[in-house]
Amino acid sequence: MLKILNLEAGYGKLRILKSVSLHVNPGEIVTIIGPNGAGKTTLLNTISGIIKTRSGKIVFNKQNIQQTAAETIVSMGCSLVPEGRQVFNTLTVKENLMLGAYLQFKNGNKKKIKLELKEVLKLFPVLEEREHQLAGTLSGGEQQMLAIGRALMASPRLLMMDEPSMGLAPLIVKEIFETIVRLKDSGMTVLLIEQNARLSLGIADRGYVLETGQIVIEGTVRELLNNHDVQRAYLGKDYKGIDE
Amino acid sequence: MIHNRQYETLPREDIEQLQIERLQASLNRVYRNVSFYKRTFDEYKINIEKIKSISDLGNIPFTTREDLRKSYPYDMFAVPLRDIVRIHSTSGTTGKPIVVGYTKNDLRNWTECTARLLKAAGITEHDVVQIAFAYSLFTGGFGFHQGAELIGASVIPSSTSTIEKQILIMRDFKTTALICTPSYTLNIASALHDMGIHPEQLFLKVGLFGAEPWSENMRSQIEESLHIPALDNYGLTEIIGPGVAGECEAKSGLHVNEDHFIVETINPKTLKPCPIGEEGELVFTTITKEGFPLIRYRTGDIACLIEGECTCGRSLIRISRITGRTDDMIFFGGKKIFPSQIEEILLEVEGTTPHYQIVLEREDGQDIMEIQVEMCERITSIDELKNLEYLRDKIVKRIEMNLGFQAKVVLVEPKSLMRSRGEKVKRVVDKRTIGG
Repeated sequence: MLKILNLEAGYGKLRILKSVSLHVNPGEIVTIIGPNGAGKTTLLNTISGIIKTRSGKIVFNKQNIQQTAAETIVSMGCSLVPEGRQVFNTLTVKENLMLGAYLQFKNGNKKKIKLELKEVLKLFPVLEEREHQLAGTLSGGEQQMLAIGRALMASPRLLMMDEPSMGLAPLIVKEIFETIVRLKDSGMTVLLIEQNARLSLGIADRGYVLETGQIVIEGTVRELLNNHDVQRAYLGKDYKGIDE
Repeated sequence: MIHNRQYETLPREDIEQLQIERLQASLNRVYRNVSFYKRTFDEYKINIEKIKSISDLGNIPFTTREDLRKSYPYDMFAVPLRDIVRIHSTSGTTGKPIVVGYTKNDLRNWTECTARLLKAAGITEHDVVQIAFAYSLFTGGFGFHQGAELIGASVIPSSTSTIEKQILIMRDFKTTALICTPSYTLNIASALHDMGIHPEQLFLKVGLFGAEPWSENMRSQIEESLHIPALDNYGLTEIIGPGVAGECEAKSGLHVNEDHFIVETINPKTLKPCPIGEEGELVFTTITKEGFPLIRYRTGDIACLIEGECTCGRSLIRISRITGRTDDMIFFGGKKIFPSQIEEILLEVEGTTPHYQIVLEREDGQDIMEIQVEMCERITSIDELKNLEYLRDKIVKRIEMNLGFQAKVVLVEPKSLMRSRGEKVKRVVDKRTIGG
């Protein structure tokens, strides 16, 4: 579904991504783990078209999108749930969701928007309860759900999520990750970026480890969990080797 | 039968994507974790970020057997020893062996690779697999054992039992699949004959033979004497052991497990890549190994690449059967020996570099080595005949001690062996069917 070959990107003189290659098959949850500053967010922003690709190829559904505008990429079926949620605080929950369907609206596809809205509210019943509340008054977890719901309103085929667990209580995180699995079960493809490797490896099929802008490990979740470097660096297993 | 349909039948485009991803990750890892590669890449000014396709691999220098020898024992490991769960090594009869380490993931991948070979030969959980490879530092026994267990076959680790015992096991335990070296299989065949057991009294269905090159001639010999299809497989300890490539029932080349290894063929003289279909030296790069990753390892084995989908449905690239070596390595009774090792022993015993010739023959499936050594001219009187005898015994003993096999040593008249006339002296005369 998504194929990235030798992607390079950065900000000004800063080179962040140095020849990154990866792929996501349809129906998979692929996670990218790595420390702060490894380039995880830059990667998602580059795929989304927010940051310009310097070189390399991004192929989404057999189409090159490295030069494509961000809104076109969304219309092709690739949506981003940004880091830190980024909901519009002064708009209501429903208004936020409707903004996610902006492109559908432009195409005059109102029936589909209604259907999509129903689906999203079914997925997150709490949003239905708070439909008319201002987004800024929601809890962190609810805002995250809203951000996911907003991305889903564009009826994407690939959902990219940037640190959905950030700053949330463990119980809420659990709920959100369960939702991601439910999305996968309904056929969604997910590219998930997480600092909480334990969580993301718990639900993903495959993963990549990104360090200083380079992929250093690729493998199935089982392989990553068995890799001692991953265990030490991301799963908090210390040098003395605490048993699992 | 295909063990892992997803990976063994990937479209070319997807295999290439997977290979470049894994290659880049491997290069990043070896540059960070293996001092040899850090040094080499820096020395040759290799920027690994510039490796953007499989063909760019050609810019990276080779890794040789000599490099690995120098790194004895653990210098090429990419992870600390406590992440290693298994250690094997090459025989390294004299000189230093090459020590390889496997992490848990490496073992799982290795198991997967040999399981694929076994499945490709038609082996299932209904089979009884007899593995007559040594279970030792040598990778053959353990490699196939794990794979056969993964498939769920009943595995008999008959290892290095006597040939009579192997045959009794084969008959009484109702072995359906035999795994060993092709030369040992011929031993078994002739022993069967001696014991008066007809192959139809056995339950054998298939045999997987490897660890040494063998000819089509030998294949038909085995197939006729044991009444089974004989399939070839390829692997070497440095890369992972058995499981690098293997034949399917179509016998039209050995499928390389390309999701774990990248194969190239090069011209051993110019070191330039060979066009597909032309014979050259096999060069392998491991792309999933954690413990002992190798980049562009020169195997010394000669074969050619075969493109295109096989009738079995696998899309993996194939290699032809091994047709020879780039060096003078001798496959002798399952061991790998260089003439230089024998030369060293002769030098030690005689004190000078003698003229010698190694003659290899096969009798009843058994490899026999005869070493013809020229006497020094100064030994002429009858009194010194005893000395000669003593000298010969000493050579025989030393070879057995250092190289672990018995050779026949013949002392011949001075200047009776062929001398170099400018060209390279042919030290080895191979009268066996290998390569024929």
